Amino acid sequence: MTYFEMTKTMLKSLFSRPATLMYPAKPAKKTALSRGHVTINPDGCITCRSCQRKCPTQAICVEVKEKTWQIDRLRCIVCACCVEVCPTKCLAMDTQYSAAMTAHHGLYIVPVAGPKKKEPAPADGAKVEKTEG
Amino acid sequence: MSKQITVPFGPQHPVLPEPIHLDLVLEDERVVDAIPSIGYVHRGLEKLAEKREYPEYIYVAERICGICSYIHSNTYAQGIEQIMKIEVPERAQYLRTIWSEYSRLHSHLLWLGLFADGMGFENLFMNAWKLREHILDDMEATTGGRVIQGVCKVGGVRRDITPEKLDEMVKGLKGMEPAFRDLTNVFLHDASVSHRLRGVGILQKGDAYTLGAVGPTARGSGIGIDLRQTGYAAYGKINFRPVVEQSGDCYARCAVRAKELFTSVDIIEQCVKKIPEGPVEVKVTGAPDGEYFSRAEQPRGEVVHYIKGNGKRNLVRHRVRTPTFTNIPPLVTLLKGCELADVPVIVLSIDPCIGCAER
Repeated sequence: MTYFEMTKTMLKSLFSRPATLMYPAKPAKKTALSRGHVTINPDGCITCRSCQRKCPTQAICVEVKEKTWQIDRLRCIVCACCVEVCPTKCLAMDTQYSAAMTAHHGLYIVPVAGPKKKEPAPADGAKVEKTEG
Repeated sequence: MSKQITVPFGPQHPVLPEPIHLDLVLEDERVVDAIPSIGYVHRGLEKLAEKREYPEYIYVAERICGICSYIHSNTYAQGIEQIMKIEVPERAQYLRTIWSEYSRLHSHLLWLGLFADGMGFENLFMNAWKLREHILDDMEATTGGRVIQGVCKVGGVRRDITPEKLDEMVKGLKGMEPAFRDLTNVFLHDASVSHRLRGVGILQKGDAYTLGAVGPTARGSGIGIDLRQTGYAAYGKINFRPVVEQSGDCYARCAVRAKELFTSVDIIEQCVKKIPEGPVEVKVTGAPDGEYFSRAEQPRGEVVHYIKGNGKRNLVRHRVRTPTFTNIPPLVTLLKGCELADVPVIVLSIDPCIGCAER
Protein backbone atom coordinates (compact mmCIF):
# COMPACT_ATOMS: atom_id res chain seq x y z
CA MET A 1 0.00 0.00 0.00
CA THR A 2 2.67 2.46 1.08
CA TYR A 3 4.81 1.56 -1.91
CA PHE A 4 2.03 2.51 -4.29
CA GLU A 5 1.56 5.80 -2.45
CA MET A 6 5.20 6.55 -2.92
CA THR A 7 5.17 5.56 -6.59
CA LYS A 8 2.23 7.88 -7.19
CA THR A 9 4.07 10.84 -5.67
CA MET A 10 7.24 9.94 -7.52
CA LEU A 11 5.56 9.73 -10.92
CA LYS A 12 3.70 12.97 -10.32
CA SER A 13 6.93 14.76 -9.45
CA LEU A 14 8.77 13.23 -12.42
CA PHE A 15 6.28 14.47 -14.97
CA SER A 16 5.54 17.90 -13.58
CA ARG A 17 7.49 21.10 -13.76
CA PRO A 18 9.60 22.18 -10.79
CA ALA A 19 7.58 23.86 -8.04
CA THR A 20 10.38 26.35 -7.46
CA LEU A 21 11.18 29.51 -9.38
CA MET A 22 14.68 30.56 -10.45
CA TYR A 23 14.52 33.85 -8.53
CA PRO A 24 16.18 36.38 -9.12
CA ALA A 25 16.88 35.23 -12.71
CA LYS A 26 13.12 35.12 -13.18
CA PRO A 27 11.06 37.80 -11.44
CA ALA A 28 9.15 36.62 -8.37
CA LYS A 29 5.42 35.96 -8.60
CA LYS A 30 3.68 39.17 -7.76
CA THR A 31 0.10 40.26 -7.38
CA ALA A 32 -1.43 43.71 -7.68
CA LEU A 33 -1.46 44.06 -3.88
CA SER A 34 2.10 42.83 -3.25
CA ARG A 35 4.20 45.11 -1.10
CA GLY A 36 7.67 45.33 -2.67
CA HIS A 37 9.20 48.71 -1.95
CA VAL A 38 8.05 52.30 -1.50
CA THR A 39 8.45 54.67 -4.44
CA ILE A 40 7.90 58.41 -4.59
CA ASN A 41 6.70 60.78 -7.26
CA PRO A 42 8.93 63.80 -6.42
CA ASP A 43 6.63 66.33 -8.09
CA GLY A 44 3.73 65.54 -5.80
CA CYS A 45 5.54 65.75 -2.44
CA ILE A 46 4.67 68.81 -0.37
CA THR A 47 7.12 67.92 2.48
CA CYS A 48 4.30 67.66 5.01
CA ARG A 49 6.21 64.97 6.95
CA SER A 50 3.12 62.81 7.58
CA CYS A 51 5.01 59.73 6.34
CA GLN A 52 7.94 60.47 8.64
CA ARG A 53 5.67 60.81 11.68
CA LYS A 54 3.69 57.65 10.98
CA CYS A 55 6.59 55.38 10.01
CA PRO A 56 6.85 52.72 12.74
CA THR A 57 10.57 52.13 12.11
CA GLN A 58 11.56 55.76 11.47
CA ALA A 59 12.96 54.82 8.09
CA ILE A 60 11.74 57.97 6.36
CA CYS A 61 13.20 61.41 6.87
CA VAL A 62 11.87 64.53 5.17
CA GLU A 63 14.09 67.61 5.10
CA VAL A 64 11.79 70.56 4.70
CA LYS A 65 14.50 73.20 4.17
CA GLU A 66 16.55 71.17 1.71
CA LYS A 67 13.42 69.77 0.05
CA THR A 68 14.49 66.16 0.10
CA TRP A 69 12.70 62.94 0.95
CA GLN A 70 14.91 60.09 2.10
CA ILE A 71 14.35 56.48 3.03
CA ASP A 72 16.57 53.87 4.60
CA ARG A 73 15.64 50.74 2.65
CA LEU A 74 17.15 48.47 5.32
CA ARG A 75 15.06 50.01 8.07
CA CYS A 76 11.84 50.03 6.06
CA ILE A 77 9.54 47.13 6.92
CA VAL A 78 7.28 47.74 3.91
CA CYS A 79 4.10 48.10 5.95
CA ALA A 80 2.62 50.65 3.51
CA CYS A 81 1.64 52.92 6.40
CA CYS A 82 3.24 55.95 4.68
CA VAL A 83 1.42 55.20 1.43
CA GLU A 84 -1.89 55.30 3.28
CA VAL A 85 -1.29 58.57 5.13
CA CYS A 86 0.23 60.53 2.22
CA PRO A 87 -2.19 63.43 1.60
CA THR A 88 -1.13 64.01 -2.03
CA LYS A 89 -0.84 60.29 -2.86
CA CYS A 90 2.66 60.80 -4.19
CA LEU A 91 3.94 57.69 -2.37
CA ALA A 92 3.20 54.34 -3.97
CA MET A 93 4.02 50.70 -3.36
CA ASP A 94 5.96 48.94 -6.08
CA THR A 95 5.23 45.22 -6.35
CA GLN A 96 8.85 44.12 -6.82
CA TYR A 97 11.23 43.85 -3.87
CA SER A 98 14.17 46.21 -3.70
CA ALA A 99 17.33 44.42 -4.79
CA ALA A 100 19.47 42.54 -2.30
CA MET A 101 22.67 44.22 -1.13
CA THR A 102 25.83 43.17 0.62
CA ALA A 103 26.60 46.46 2.34
CA HIS A 104 24.65 49.39 3.66
CA HIS A 105 24.76 51.90 0.83
CA GLY A 106 23.34 54.75 2.87
CA LEU A 107 20.07 56.47 2.33
CA TYR A 108 18.02 56.74 -0.80
CA ILE A 109 17.58 60.51 -1.18
CA VAL A 110 15.15 62.15 -3.61
CA PRO A 111 14.89 65.90 -4.18
CA VAL A 112 11.22 66.82 -4.12
CA ALA A 113 9.03 69.72 -5.21
CA GLY A 114 8.18 70.99 -1.75
CA PRO A 115 5.09 72.86 -0.63
CA LYS A 116 3.04 74.45 -3.35
CA LYS A 117 3.03 78.24 -3.24
CA LYS A 118 -0.39 79.77 -3.49
CA GLU A 119 -0.63 81.27 -6.93
CA PRO A 120 -1.85 84.85 -6.80
CA ALA A 121 -5.41 84.96 -8.05
CA PRO A 122 -5.65 86.68 -11.41
CA ALA A 123 -7.17 90.11 -11.07
CA ASP A 124 -9.63 89.62 -13.93
CA GLY A 125 -10.89 86.35 -12.50
CA ALA A 126 -11.77 88.01 -9.21
CA LYS A 127 -13.61 90.72 -11.05
CA VAL A 128 -15.58 88.26 -13.16
CA GLU A 129 -16.60 86.40 -10.03
CA LYS A 130 -17.82 89.57 -8.45
CA THR A 131 -19.96 90.55 -11.40
CA GLU A 132 -21.45 87.06 -11.53
CA GLY A 133 -22.28 87.14 -7.83
CA MET B 1 25.87 5.61 38.85
CA SER B 2 27.59 6.17 35.56
CA LYS B 3 29.49 9.32 34.75
CA GLN B 4 27.41 12.35 33.75
CA ILE B 5 28.40 14.56 30.87
CA THR B 6 26.82 17.78 29.60
CA VAL B 7 26.21 18.22 25.90
CA PRO B 8 25.36 21.69 24.63
CA PHE B 9 22.52 21.59 22.09
CA GLY B 10 21.86 24.74 20.07
CA PRO B 11 21.47 27.67 19.52
CA GLN B 12 23.03 26.69 16.19
CA HIS B 13 22.34 23.06 15.38
CA PRO B 14 21.76 21.29 12.05
CA VAL B 15 18.33 19.92 12.97
CA LEU B 16 17.16 22.83 15.08
CA PRO B 17 15.63 25.70 13.14
CA GLU B 18 15.35 27.95 16.17
CA PRO B 19 17.98 29.57 18.41
CA ILE B 20 17.24 27.87 21.72
CA HIS B 21 20.07 26.56 23.82
CA LEU B 22 19.72 23.36 25.86
CA ASP B 23 22.29 21.94 28.19
CA LEU B 24 21.63 18.22 28.08
CA VAL B 25 22.94 16.26 31.05
CA LEU B 26 23.58 12.74 29.81
CA GLU B 27 24.17 9.42 31.46
CA ASP B 28 25.46 7.26 28.63
CA GLU B 29 22.93 7.98 25.88
CA ARG B 30 20.08 8.89 28.20
CA VAL B 31 19.14 12.48 28.99
CA VAL B 32 18.70 12.93 32.75
CA ASP B 33 18.23 16.67 32.77
CA ALA B 34 17.82 19.53 30.34
CA ILE B 35 18.51 23.16 31.19
CA PRO B 36 17.06 25.55 28.61
CA SER B 37 18.33 29.08 28.13
CA ILE B 38 16.91 31.65 25.79
CA GLY B 39 17.93 35.22 25.01
CA TYR B 40 19.71 34.94 21.67
CA VAL B 41 17.24 36.89 19.57
CA HIS B 42 15.73 39.34 22.04
CA ARG B 43 14.72 42.55 20.26
CA GLY B 44 12.94 44.57 22.93
CA LEU B 45 9.69 44.94 21.02
CA GLU B 46 7.63 45.33 24.18
CA LYS B 47 9.61 48.40 25.20
CA LEU B 48 9.05 49.85 21.74
CA ALA B 49 5.35 50.17 22.56
CA GLU B 50 6.19 53.19 24.69
CA LYS B 51 7.89 54.93 21.75
CA ARG B 52 5.36 54.32 18.96
CA GLU B 53 1.79 55.48 18.66
CA TYR B 54 -0.72 52.69 19.19
CA PRO B 55 -2.12 52.53 15.60
CA GLU B 56 1.38 52.19 14.13
CA TYR B 57 2.56 49.78 16.80
CA ILE B 58 0.38 47.10 15.23
CA TYR B 59 3.00 46.69 12.50
CA VAL B 60 5.59 46.08 15.18
CA ALA B 61 3.24 43.71 17.06
CA GLU B 62 2.79 41.73 13.86
CA ARG B 63 6.54 41.30 13.54
CA ILE B 64 6.89 39.63 16.95
CA CYS B 65 6.77 36.37 15.05
CA GLY B 66 7.42 35.56 11.42
CA ILE B 67 5.03 32.63 11.27
CA CYS B 68 2.02 33.42 13.43
CA SER B 69 2.37 37.08 12.49
CA TYR B 70 -1.22 37.71 11.48
CA ILE B 71 -2.68 36.40 14.74
CA HIS B 72 -0.39 38.65 16.79
CA SER B 73 -1.76 41.73 15.04
CA ASN B 74 -5.30 40.38 15.40
CA THR B 75 -4.86 39.86 19.14
CA TYR B 76 -3.32 43.29 19.61
CA ALA B 77 -6.11 44.98 17.64
CA GLN B 78 -8.73 43.08 19.66
CA GLY B 79 -7.19 44.29 22.90
CA ILE B 80 -7.17 47.95 21.84
CA GLU B 81 -10.73 47.63 20.51
CA GLN B 82 -11.91 46.19 23.83
CA ILE B 83 -10.32 49.05 25.78
CA MET B 84 -11.70 51.72 23.47
CA LYS B 85 -15.06 49.92 23.09
CA ILE B 86 -14.93 49.92 19.30
CA GLU B 87 -17.50 47.80 17.46
CA VAL B 88 -15.72 46.10 14.59
CA PRO B 89 -17.92 45.53 11.49
CA GLU B 90 -19.05 41.96 11.06
CA ARG B 91 -17.44 41.55 7.66
CA ALA B 92 -14.08 42.51 9.16
CA GLN B 93 -14.57 39.88 11.88
CA TYR B 94 -15.14 37.20 9.25
CA LEU B 95 -12.17 38.35 7.19
CA ARG B 96 -10.01 38.20 10.32
CA THR B 97 -11.18 34.63 10.90
CA ILE B 98 -10.37 33.66 7.32
CA TRP B 99 -6.86 35.12 7.50
CA SER B 100 -6.29 33.55 10.93
CA GLU B 101 -7.11 30.15 9.53
CA TYR B 102 -4.94 30.77 6.49
CA SER B 103 -2.02 31.52 8.75
CA ARG B 104 -2.78 28.39 10.76
CA LEU B 105 -2.70 26.35 7.55
CA HIS B 106 0.62 27.81 6.47
CA SER B 107 2.13 27.45 9.94
CA HIS B 108 1.06 23.81 10.30
CA LEU B 109 2.34 22.94 6.82
CA LEU B 110 5.64 24.64 7.66
CA TRP B 111 5.84 22.70 10.90
CA LEU B 112 4.97 19.37 9.25
CA GLY B 113 7.78 20.02 6.80
CA LEU B 114 10.29 20.94 9.50
CA PHE B 115 9.25 17.94 11.55
CA ALA B 116 9.78 15.62 8.57
CA ASP B 117 13.19 17.25 8.10
CA GLY B 118 13.93 16.72 11.81
CA MET B 119 13.30 13.01 11.56
CA GLY B 120 15.29 12.78 8.33
CA PHE B 121 12.47 12.50 5.78
CA GLU B 122 13.71 15.13 3.33
CA ASN B 123 11.23 14.34 0.57
CA LEU B 124 8.21 14.79 2.81
CA PHE B 125 9.62 18.16 3.91
CA MET B 126 9.70 19.33 0.28
CA ASN B 127 6.17 18.08 -0.35
CA ALA B 128 4.76 19.89 2.68
CA TRP B 129 6.41 23.16 1.68
CA LYS B 130 5.20 22.79 -1.90
CA LEU B 131 1.63 22.80 -0.59
CA ARG B 132 2.39 25.69 1.73
CA GLU B 133 3.41 27.80 -1.25
CA HIS B 134 -0.16 27.73 -2.62
CA ILE B 135 -1.46 29.00 0.72
CA LEU B 136 1.13 31.79 0.71
CA ASP B 137 0.16 32.75 -2.85
CA ASP B 138 -3.45 33.19 -1.77
CA MET B 139 -2.36 35.27 1.21
CA GLU B 140 -0.22 37.51 -0.98
CA ALA B 141 -3.03 37.98 -3.46
CA THR B 142 -5.47 39.06 -0.74
CA THR B 143 -3.24 40.96 1.69
CA GLY B 144 -0.06 41.94 -0.14
CA GLY B 145 2.35 39.98 2.04
CA ARG B 146 3.41 36.36 2.05
CA VAL B 147 4.02 35.83 5.75
CA ILE B 148 3.74 39.36 7.15
CA GLN B 149 0.24 40.25 6.03
CA GLY B 150 -0.01 43.69 7.62
CA VAL B 151 -3.72 43.66 6.94
CA CYS B 152 -5.18 44.02 10.40
CA LYS B 153 -5.67 47.44 11.94
CA VAL B 154 -7.34 48.84 15.00
CA GLY B 155 -11.00 49.14 14.05
CA GLY B 156 -11.14 46.57 11.27
CA VAL B 157 -9.01 45.38 8.38
CA ARG B 158 -7.16 47.30 5.68
CA ARG B 159 -8.26 45.26 2.70
CA ASP B 160 -11.45 43.64 1.55
CA ILE B 161 -11.72 40.43 -0.46
CA THR B 162 -14.10 40.37 -3.41
CA PRO B 163 -16.76 37.60 -3.43
CA GLU B 164 -15.20 36.11 -6.58
CA LYS B 165 -11.82 35.87 -4.91
CA LEU B 166 -13.40 34.27 -1.82
CA ASP B 167 -15.04 31.60 -3.98
CA GLU B 168 -11.78 31.05 -5.82
CA MET B 169 -9.94 30.64 -2.51
CA VAL B 170 -12.41 28.02 -1.28
CA LYS B 171 -12.25 26.22 -4.61
CA GLY B 172 -8.47 26.22 -4.40
CA LEU B 173 -8.51 24.82 -0.86
CA LYS B 174 -11.04 22.15 -1.81
CA GLY B 175 -8.79 21.21 -4.72
CA MET B 176 -5.84 20.94 -2.35
CA GLU B 177 -7.65 18.69 0.12
CA PRO B 178 -6.65 15.43 -1.66
CA ALA B 179 -3.04 16.65 -1.56
CA PHE B 180 -3.40 17.39 2.18
CA ARG B 181 -4.86 13.90 2.60
CA ASP B 182 -1.88 12.33 0.79
CA LEU B 183 0.56 14.33 2.89
CA THR B 184 -1.05 13.66 6.25
CA ASN B 185 -1.49 9.95 5.39
CA VAL B 186 2.28 9.64 5.33
CA PHE B 187 2.57 11.31 8.75
CA LEU B 188 -0.25 9.26 10.25
CA HIS B 189 0.11 5.83 8.63
CA ASP B 190 3.63 5.42 7.26
CA ALA B 191 5.40 2.62 9.13
CA SER B 192 8.80 4.32 9.44
CA VAL B 193 7.31 7.65 10.56
CA SER B 194 5.16 5.88 13.16
CA HIS B 195 8.16 3.94 14.35
CA ARG B 196 10.07 7.19 14.85
CA LEU B 197 7.24 9.01 16.64
CA ARG B 198 5.13 6.55 18.62
CA GLY B 199 5.94 6.32 22.31
CA VAL B 200 8.62 9.04 22.06
CA GLY B 201 8.37 11.97 24.49
CA ILE B 202 5.18 11.15 26.33
CA LEU B 203 3.56 14.07 28.16
CA GLN B 204 0.97 12.84 30.66
CA LYS B 205 -2.33 14.67 30.83
CA GLY B 206 -1.74 15.78 34.43
CA ASP B 207 1.75 17.06 33.61
CA ALA B 208 0.49 18.93 30.59
CA TYR B 209 -2.09 20.63 32.77
CA THR B 210 0.12 21.55 35.71
CA LEU B 211 3.03 22.70 33.53
CA GLY B 212 0.75 24.94 31.53
CA ALA B 213 1.05 23.35 28.10
CA VAL B 214 -1.02 25.11 25.43
CA GLY B 215 -2.14 24.45 21.89
CA PRO B 216 -1.35 21.21 20.09
CA THR B 217 1.04 20.22 22.89
CA ALA B 218 -1.89 20.20 25.35
CA ARG B 219 -4.39 18.81 22.86
CA GLY B 220 -2.02 15.95 22.03
CA SER B 221 -2.15 14.97 25.71
CA GLY B 222 -5.93 14.88 25.86
CA ILE B 223 -6.65 18.40 27.13
CA GLY B 224 -9.25 20.00 24.88
CA ILE B 225 -8.20 23.64 25.27
CA ASP B 226 -8.79 25.67 22.17
CA LEU B 227 -9.14 29.44 22.52
CA ARG B 228 -11.15 29.56 19.31
CA GLN B 229 -14.03 28.11 21.31
CA THR B 230 -14.26 31.34 23.28
CA GLY B 231 -15.66 32.83 20.08
CA TYR B 232 -13.39 35.80 19.40
CA ALA B 233 -13.53 37.31 15.87
CA ALA B 234 -16.21 35.27 14.06
CA TYR B 235 -15.40 31.91 15.65
CA GLY B 236 -18.55 32.11 17.77
CA LYS B 237 -20.67 31.68 14.65
CA ILE B 238 -18.69 28.78 13.23
CA ASN B 239 -19.20 25.09 14.02
CA PHE B 240 -16.03 23.20 14.69
CA ARG B 241 -14.59 20.77 17.19
CA PRO B 242 -11.02 21.03 18.46
CA VAL B 243 -8.84 18.08 17.51
CA VAL B 244 -7.81 16.15 20.63
CA GLU B 245 -5.51 13.13 20.79
CA GLN B 246 -5.04 11.01 23.89
CA SER B 247 -1.63 9.33 23.75
CA GLY B 248 0.53 12.43 24.51
CA ASP B 249 3.55 11.31 22.47
CA CYS B 250 5.19 12.96 19.45
CA TYR B 251 2.84 11.07 17.17
CA ALA B 252 -0.20 12.56 18.93
CA ARG B 253 1.14 16.11 18.65
CA CYS B 254 1.86 15.51 14.98
CA ALA B 255 -1.61 14.02 14.44
CA VAL B 256 -3.29 17.03 16.07
CA ARG B 257 -1.60 19.40 13.64
CA ALA B 258 -2.20 17.16 10.64
CA LYS B 259 -5.91 16.92 11.43
CA GLU B 260 -6.20 20.64 12.17
CA LEU B 261 -5.41 21.33 8.51
CA PHE B 262 -8.83 19.94 7.63
CA THR B 263 -10.54 21.83 10.46
CA SER B 264 -9.04 25.06 9.12
CA VAL B 265 -10.22 24.36 5.57
CA ASP B 266 -13.69 23.66 6.97
CA ILE B 267 -13.73 26.90 9.00
CA ILE B 268 -12.70 28.97 5.97
CA GLU B 269 -15.45 27.33 3.92
CA GLN B 270 -18.07 28.11 6.58
CA CYS B 271 -16.83 31.71 6.84
CA VAL B 272 -17.12 32.26 3.11
CA LYS B 273 -20.69 30.92 3.20
CA LYS B 274 -21.72 33.16 6.08
CA ILE B 275 -19.75 36.35 5.40
CA PRO B 276 -22.09 39.38 5.30
CA GLU B 277 -21.74 42.44 3.10
CA GLY B 278 -20.77 45.72 4.65
CA PRO B 279 -17.89 47.97 5.61
CA VAL B 280 -14.59 46.48 6.75
CA GLU B 281 -13.37 49.20 9.09
CA VAL B 282 -14.57 51.95 11.38
CA LYS B 283 -12.83 55.24 12.01
CA VAL B 284 -10.88 55.26 15.25
CA THR B 285 -10.35 58.44 17.22
CA GLY B 286 -8.94 59.00 20.68
CA ALA B 287 -6.56 56.80 22.57
CA PRO B 288 -6.90 53.73 24.80
CA ASP B 289 -7.37 54.40 28.49
CA GLY B 290 -7.44 51.20 30.50
CA GLU B 291 -6.04 47.70 30.42
CA TYR B 292 -7.03 44.42 28.87
CA PHE B 293 -5.82 40.85 28.49
CA SER B 294 -6.45 39.88 24.90
CA ARG B 295 -6.24 36.18 24.08
CA ALA B 296 -6.29 34.23 20.84
CA GLU B 297 -5.39 30.79 19.54
CA GLN B 298 -2.23 30.71 17.51
CA PRO B 299 -1.05 27.67 15.55
CA ARG B 300 1.22 26.97 18.55
CA GLY B 301 -1.34 27.63 21.27
CA GLU B 302 -2.77 30.41 23.33
CA VAL B 303 -1.21 33.86 23.03
CA VAL B 304 -1.92 36.60 25.58
CA HIS B 305 -1.40 40.29 24.87
CA TYR B 306 -1.60 42.50 27.93
CA ILE B 307 -2.25 46.09 26.88
CA LYS B 308 -2.33 49.10 29.15
CA GLY B 309 -2.93 52.66 28.04
CA ASN B 310 -3.36 55.94 29.94
CA GLY B 311 -5.33 57.99 27.43
CA LYS B 312 -2.25 59.05 25.46
CA ARG B 313 -1.25 57.95 21.96
CA ASN B 314 1.53 55.73 23.29
CA LEU B 315 0.82 52.63 25.34
CA VAL B 316 2.13 52.39 28.88
CA ARG B 317 2.71 48.67 28.77
CA HIS B 318 2.45 45.92 26.22
CA ARG B 319 3.28 42.45 27.40
CA VAL B 320 3.04 39.32 25.30
CA ARG B 321 2.98 35.77 26.58
CA THR B 322 3.62 33.58 23.59
CA PRO B 323 2.71 29.89 23.34
CA THR B 324 6.30 28.72 22.89
CA PHE B 325 7.35 30.42 26.10
CA THR B 326 4.79 28.52 28.11
CA ASN B 327 5.57 25.27 26.28
CA ILE B 328 9.20 25.28 27.44
CA PRO B 329 8.52 23.76 30.93
CA PRO B 330 6.63 20.82 29.36
CA LEU B 331 9.55 20.45 26.92
CA VAL B 332 12.02 20.08 29.79
CA THR B 333 9.81 17.39 31.34
CA LEU B 334 9.58 15.62 27.98
CA LEU B 335 13.34 15.57 27.56
CA LYS B 336 14.06 13.95 30.93
CA GLY B 337 14.58 10.25 30.36
CA CYS B 338 14.69 10.27 26.57
CA GLU B 339 17.49 9.09 24.29
CA LEU B 340 19.90 11.67 22.89
CA ALA B 341 18.89 10.71 19.33
CA ASP B 342 15.25 11.53 20.11
CA VAL B 343 16.02 15.07 21.35
CA PRO B 344 15.58 16.83 17.96
CA VAL B 345 12.24 15.16 17.34
CA ILE B 346 10.96 15.99 20.83
CA VAL B 347 12.12 19.62 20.68
CA LEU B 348 10.50 20.06 17.29
CA SER B 349 7.29 18.39 18.41
CA ILE B 350 6.30 21.37 20.59
CA ASP B 351 6.80 23.61 17.53
CA PRO B 352 9.37 25.94 19.09
CA CYS B 353 9.30 29.51 17.84
CA ILE B 354 11.99 31.26 19.80
CA GLY B 355 11.76 34.56 17.96
CA CYS B 356 8.22 34.70 19.32
CA ALA B 357 9.19 33.58 22.82
CA GLU B 358 11.81 36.30 23.24
CA ARG B 359 10.18 39.20 21.45
